[in-house]
Amino acid sequence: MNKIILFLFVAVSSAMQACANDSTKQIPAAENQLKLAPGFTATVVADKLGRARHIAINSNGDIYVKLERLKDGKGIIRLRDTNGDGVADEQFAFANYAGTGIAISNGYLYASSNSEVYRYKFNAKNEIENPDAPEVIVTGLVDKRQHASKSITLDGKGNIYVNIGAPSNACQEQDRTAGSPGQMPCPILETAGGIWQFKIDQLNQSYADGVRYATGLRNVVGLDWNTSINSLYVTQHGRDQLNTLHPTMYNDAQSAELPAEEFFIVKQGMDFGWPYCYYDPIQKKKVQSPEYGGDGKKEGDCGTKEQPLYAFPAHWGPNALQFYTGTMFPSKYRNGAFIAFHGSWNRAPLKQGGFNVVFLPMKDGKPNGEFEIFADDFVGGEENLSPGKAKHRPCGLAMGTDGSLYVSDDQGGTIWKITYTGK
Amino acid sequence: MIVMKKVIVLSWVVVSVVLMSFYQSSLDKAVMQRGKKVYDTYCLTCHQADGAGVPRMNPPLVKTTYVTGDKKRLINIILKGFNESVELNGDYYDNPIPPQPQLNDQQIADVLTYVRNSFGNKASVITVAEVKAERAKLKKKP
Repeated sequence: MNKIILFLFVAVSSAMQACANDSTKQIPAAENQLKLAPGFTATVVADKLGRARHIAINSNGDIYVKLERLKDGKGIIRLRDTNGDGVADEQFAFANYAGTGIAISNGYLYASSNSEVYRYKFNAKNEIENPDAPEVIVTGLVDKRQHASKSITLDGKGNIYVNIGAPSNACQEQDRTAGSPGQMPCPILETAGGIWQFKIDQLNQSYADGVRYATGLRNVVGLDWNTSINSLYVTQHGRDQLNTLHPTMYNDAQSAELPAEEFFIVKQGMDFGWPYCYYDPIQKKKVQSPEYGGDGKKEGDCGTKEQPLYAFPAHWGPNALQFYTGTMFPSKYRNGAFIAFHGSWNRAPLKQGGFNVVFLPMKDGKPNGEFEIFADDFVGGEENLSPGKAKHRPCGLAMGTDGSLYVSDDQGGTIWKITYTGK
Repeated sequence: MIVMKKVIVLSWVVVSVVLMSFYQSSLDKAVMQRGKKVYDTYCLTCHQADGAGVPRMNPPLVKTTYVTGDKKRLINIILKGFNESVELNGDYYDNPIPPQPQLNDQQIADVLTYVRNSFGNKASVITVAEVKAERAKLKKKP
């Protein structure tokens, strides 16, 4: 009897030890194995980082991860691979604010909370000398919880572009309330629902110092500067709840497919139509929102609003946009767009969609073909489940110095590096 | 005598437990069916079929005292809507819940009883009288 107990004790302790060892070694778990386009391989660079939103990669290969929720009191994690095996073996955490946006340009790291944009200077050794004392370059942006994340990108010419999402679904007098009319004009557009441009070298800029670069964008999480034609591009999260708010006009199936998630080129002064219009990918045009007199068909003046370059399936949640400028991947990928879809919830009760990274081929700044799924199986199990049960939700994209593609995940906190091996 | 008392107490406990569970399950069936119908129509899109909600957007209806705790607070969330930043198990949820003026007292009692006894939750029923009482308080306020 005593022997059995002793044996059990030894077995249990060694099993526990094995588990403990596994978690510190960061061996890629089976659940992190993605399904990729032929010829590509994914490596888990880091795991269990928390709410890993957007990522940026410095010229020396350091990966900066912005966290939406503080982890041990810190909001940015720097990952470093000191032995060149593709797995981060050193982590350094800093910043006392949570958020989504992060970018690197001309020797500075830029990062955002839900109301501010900060920057940190790199020294000659690619280190941030004062990680606890960043410069505040933008302050006082609208943060009303809903669509509060501030994505950022830079043009390399002294400007930073900040998405300010509308804290609303459709600018109703009472948000997300059946029967509540749309506000005319929508007052939210004065301080949100668009892209704002600020200077990179001016401290403490507020709305008055910035330019409302483009308007009528409900919520943009993915945005990137396309260096091949020098222009800003964004992906918009389309409105929710057409059927729950307007059950006499839309059924569950229509609501699951409307409106499209739109991909836009953005020039200064453009108006993309939210909240007055939405894009119907079946009729292939913008129509009036039901809160503004629409019936699912009426166009009103929606034809005068900017149309999408490409319409993606509804509610997939495009959270990151990355133009591919590297040379590691085959030539068809050059200057095309990778988009990370966070995964839907508003398609319920129909099957959810997204939870993947797609590729859209492009030529001269315009889509050149249909999108294809580049990386899939982030959900890690059943396909049709509620988003909270997905193991991973793709959220950020960045290109490595060698032309590999990095993907971040704000559910499991995983960072993958995707390389082309041709096999 | 003491033994006899114990037996009586014990039998009483057994009988009441059996009766209560019988009463509860027979009551639940109709209420739960009606509650599910309300849930599927008005709640499911945001809170999902499994009641798990959507991370950081729409709060889960499982493992939270907002659902299984104070009945009055829960009834008032449906009557008045709710748009405050509250923490649930370390996370915050962004989307507001609107007031639900289209639901009558019976529907609110049904759907709240349903969510308090679904997705792994187990809590007492909410009656029409309890909803009515909260609605009356609301009307009195200017």
